[in-house]
Amino acid sequence: MIRINCPYCGERDHSEFSYGGDATINYPSLDALEKEWTEAIFFRKNIKGFQFETWHHSNGCRMWLVVERSTVTHEIKSVKPCHPDLQKVVENNK
Amino acid sequence: MTKFNAWNVIKNGLNGQSYWTRQWRDPEPKNSYDVVIIGGGLHGLATAYYLAKNHNIKNVAVLEKGWIGGGNAGRNTTIVRSNYMMPGNHEFYEHSLKLWENLSHELNYNVMFSQRAHVSLFHSPGAKDSVSRIYNIMRLHGTDAELWDLKTLKKKIPHLNYHNSRFPILGAAVQKRAGNARHDAVAWGYARAADTLGVDILQNCEVTGFTRKNGNIESIQTSRGIIKGKKIGFAVAGNTSVLWQMAELGNLPIESHKLQAFVSEAVKPLLDQVVVYGVGGAHFYISQSDKGSMVFGGDLDWYKSYAQRGNLPMVQDVAEAAMAIFPSLGRIRLLRHWAGVMDMTMDGSFFICKTPISNLYLNAGWNYGGFKASPASGWYFADLIANESPHNYVQNHNLERFEKGINIDERGAGPDPKLHG
Repeated sequence: MIRINCPYCGERDHSEFSYGGDATINYPSLDALEKEWTEAIFFRKNIKGFQFETWHHSNGCRMWLVVERSTVTHEIKSVKPCHPDLQKVVENNK
Repeated sequence: MTKFNAWNVIKNGLNGQSYWTRQWRDPEPKNSYDVVIIGGGLHGLATAYYLAKNHNIKNVAVLEKGWIGGGNAGRNTTIVRSNYMMPGNHEFYEHSLKLWENLSHELNYNVMFSQRAHVSLFHSPGAKDSVSRIYNIMRLHGTDAELWDLKTLKKKIPHLNYHNSRFPILGAAVQKRAGNARHDAVAWGYARAADTLGVDILQNCEVTGFTRKNGNIESIQTSRGIIKGKKIGFAVAGNTSVLWQMAELGNLPIESHKLQAFVSEAVKPLLDQVVVYGVGGAHFYISQSDKGSMVFGGDLDWYKSYAQRGNLPMVQDVAEAAMAIFPSLGRIRLLRHWAGVMDMTMDGSFFICKTPISNLYLNAGWNYGGFKASPASGWYFADLIANESPHNYVQNHNLERFEKGINIDERGAGPDPKLHG
């Protein structure tokens, strides 16, 4: 079991969460070339090691999180809210 | 290599089994080969075999970082079927099934292929309509497919749970020619047959880098020295992205996920078919090995991972599905469970294609379906490498299909790799 320290709820089992995917994708502008959209939607770095990824606390606070996790050992380095403004709120409340 | 036949069995039986030779050589790497296949799993070995057999290209090496049969070849539930409907896929998997039907003779190695029928239960009228459509498409293409009503199903498999009120069993979609095989035997059989034709199988030979020259890959750095190859094929499902980035080729439409499988203690004959609790229910598949163990599995672990070990919530999930469909398993004890790392692709279909490097060829993205595909995968990958153009069946199984909008998405699940189980 992976334990994810949700910034809103505290440390919980990963079975409360749903895995999203790569958190570092930058979506291009709406009028960008098809090639750029293809790259953003279909192509992945698929990192072996630490990566930033999204998780949804679907059986908890239902907030989206950015987790820095190793895809080899499953060790987690950091958990933050996805939305940058909420990151600030969480930081200020510490 | 001593051939397996009645004469040799009798001869060795009378001589204390002393005349058998080793199954395949353990050669030192040569400096260069016509074709180097990276990955000594079922797909890599089958490719090397068909390169030598169908195309007379025998100066071939297969590089394996571990040992033969130690990767996903030994981490599957051994199910063989061809119930696919998308153009390209159904012809490909049907050819694979036909190769399976003759594989033991072809390789002179008993792969214990058992066409015991693949029974997909359905649990709602919608699921019945959906699966009927797929199985009708199969029939139109000459693949065997049939529907069993509840009466037939109860007669064939009396001990399923027919009182499940949440997911009542309404019948089953059946492919009788499907079944399973002995996974190790397939790996060993292909390795032995390829070796006999002159292929060098290099174990404990991990690729650590590539040297490029004029846009091509000139040589491969490995843990057993530098090896040159005129043509190079990747067949390393699970670790394709790692090798792809080692060749500085960027990103792939692949995420690596792990899938668990389970084996119980051996029991007396209990189940004659492969049963899938999958259409409109949970996701669970089970069969009984020739040794008597129940072999079963379920969903992915639901998060990206390169770790070859499974998580506990999925063990519980699979156990619950087992109890829902097969309550008589309640007191059976689990012997082992393991996880294999798989290339899950953005549309659930595989790649057998050329790459941006002109002497590099890609075989990857097998999702849940790598085991059954291995004979045809080797057949068409060898064909691509030898003839430098893809066969009609795999002409759209390339990396450009996403930009062109011709995804081959059997489930219609969209660009989320973990949903293509």
